[in-house]
Amino acid sequence: MANSTTEKAKLTETTPVTLMGVLAPAIGWLIPGAGHMIQKRWIRGLLLFVSIVTLFLLGLAMQGRIYKANGGDILDMLGFVGDVGAGALYIITLANDWGQGAIAFATADYGTKFMIVAGLLNFIAVADAYHIAIGKKQ
Amino acid sequence: MTITLNHFSAALVFSLFASIVFGITHRETTRDMVRYGVYCFAMFLGGVLVAGWAMWVLRR
Repeated sequence: MANSTTEKAKLTETTPVTLMGVLAPAIGWLIPGAGHMIQKRWIRGLLLFVSIVTLFLLGLAMQGRIYKANGGDILDMLGFVGDVGAGALYIITLANDWGQGAIAFATADYGTKFMIVAGLLNFIAVADAYHIAIGKKQ
Repeated sequence: MTITLNHFSAALVFSLFASIVFGITHRETTRDMVRYGVYCFAMFLGGVLVAGWAMWVLRR
């Protein structure tokens, strides 16, 4: 009886909201790897930054297409969600009108996917930064 | 500036960076991160090779 009560209490316990628990994911989304760096995980942060930024920039260089907010095809919406994960990279790309795509290049499709995956990988990195911030991970 | 990568090079680059991120985010210690990253890289590339040969067999 007591055991099930303790177990239920553990399941429902919530993590207290801390400044780092909000700041790390937010900064980590904006600048890939920064959420780790502000928590003094320098090498991890740098590796994440290099990996995600390189993937995104390669995608742009391969004439990939950037997705804007849209209410159309489900795949277009998913593409937007992926791209938005790249944070400042996405904002800068939109602001400069880059990522228009180029059907003429065979590898442009790879470029589009590279940018989406870069954003999705950054979402994973943001979640990792959050877990470090709340003490769930070292 | 336009970069053109062939299919295998694109897969290699993708696998490398995805494996680095997976290794860092899915494991706790440095040793485990490296091991898991290498494992992911091997799986990605292995998958590419298997899929390629599978498509070749299907096309025959």
